[in-house]
Amino acid sequence: MIIISVKNLKKSFGSVEVLKDINAEVKEKEVICVIGPSGSGKSTFLRCLNRLEDISGGEVVINGNNITDPKVNINKVRQEVGMVFQQFNLFPHKTVLENITLAPMKVRSAEKAETEKRAMELLDKVGLREKANSYPGELSGGQKQRVAIARALAMNPKIMLFDEPTSALDPEMVGDVLEVMQQLAKEGMTMVVVTHEMGFAKEVGDRVIFMDGGYIVEENTPDELFGNPQHNRTKSFLSKVLNHI
Amino acid sequence: MPSFSKKGEDTPMDVISSAIPLLLKGLEVTIYIFIIAIILGFLLGLLVALFRLAPIKILNWIAIVYVNAIRGTPFIVQLFFIYFGINSLHFVSLNSTTAGIITVAINAGAYFSEIIRAGIQSIDKGQTEAARSLGLTGSQAMRHVILPQAFRRMLPTITNQSIISLKDTSLLSIIGIADLTQQGQIQASATFEAFKIWLTVGVIYFIIIYLISALASFVERRFELR
Repeated sequence: MIIISVKNLKKSFGSVEVLKDINAEVKEKEVICVIGPSGSGKSTFLRCLNRLEDISGGEVVINGNNITDPKVNINKVRQEVGMVFQQFNLFPHKTVLENITLAPMKVRSAEKAETEKRAMELLDKVGLREKANSYPGELSGGQKQRVAIARALAMNPKIMLFDEPTSALDPEMVGDVLEVMQQLAKEGMTMVVVTHEMGFAKEVGDRVIFMDGGYIVEENTPDELFGNPQHNRTKSFLSKVLNHI
Repeated sequence: MPSFSKKGEDTPMDVISSAIPLLLKGLEVTIYIFIIAIILGFLLGLLVALFRLAPIKILNWIAIVYVNAIRGTPFIVQLFFIYFGINSLHFVSLNSTTAGIITVAINAGAYFSEIIRAGIQSIDKGQTEAARSLGLTGSQAMRHVILPQAFRRMLPTITNQSIISLKDTSLLSIIGIADLTQQGQIQASATFEAFKIWLTVGVIYFIIIYLISALASFVERRFELR
């Protein structure tokens, strides 16, 4: 079943057209990795999927809701779409536990004891149960990002969006975060991941989308895209990033 | 002439100690006006800051005109406008205390609104995005995520403005409010001991403001940004 459908998506910032004509579909339980050079529009594409960016043209349908339609309650749709940011964006004035329980309690008016129990389960899942009462400022980058993942999961989303989740981390922290994401993929979460981690894309991605200059240049299974790229731009990008490995 | 205790004359302490009960009565009025005005001013400032940041042009303009009108005119003119000016229209009749509270509140509100606006804007945009991506509405994100962080950052500036407003209340004596300054004036002219009386009045203001600063730094420490 198609859970994300993007048709002729356009996005401009002023006179700069960042997304030119994006068409994509994501099936339930698929893991899509989006790669491409910086400025290619991949983060903007991701941010259009929960309308953190206003959409300039075209259509984005999430789980049956056309979010370009102003009549659609975007807050409702966002409850189903978790997002993890490059800079974590944890709430620094709240403890780890409060970061996770805030949205379920305020948005769904969930019961406190129940929500906290669920939050502790999520912290177990990301391996940070003992940090429940710490503040974000007391955590390492990798720990922050795992809390951010738990926070997004607390709303029981159907889809998870990851915007370069490991780009701001020290190299030795990357593994822990990718491991959590891999586990999530294994459990059947639908995921769209903007990433520079080619290893992750290869191993965990069902499909890889290569973007450049506001277009999707090429999309394929990881084996095909990395092993047998069709376009010159894909080849030249891959030769640059894969050389470093 | 220094009046060290000759028989039949007051000692310096006598002058002060007989003035103090009346000065403290004045202080009560000052504190009463200050507390009500500062709370109203803060709420007004919050509202105007939200107007200023709202994506609605007309609200932006209301906020801009208000802040500039207050910033661009002296406190005394604002006070006279509200007490004499508005009363002269005869559609309401404000007594001096009400007019005084309104003036201090409106004056402080303009400065508070700028402090609050700057505080809100100083919070990283990622905080709003994270909150909204979880399904919180704009006002929920403001209330639970942005404002609590912004207020901690604003606290020193808010304290500063509150102290300025407290000192501004001394100007209310001009319209006949029996505040600390007014009581000082009465005592000074009754006793002909201007030096001692005004020194005492100054010390009382100083102590109150010192206590406010101490309270503010206590609160700041408790809510230290983590």
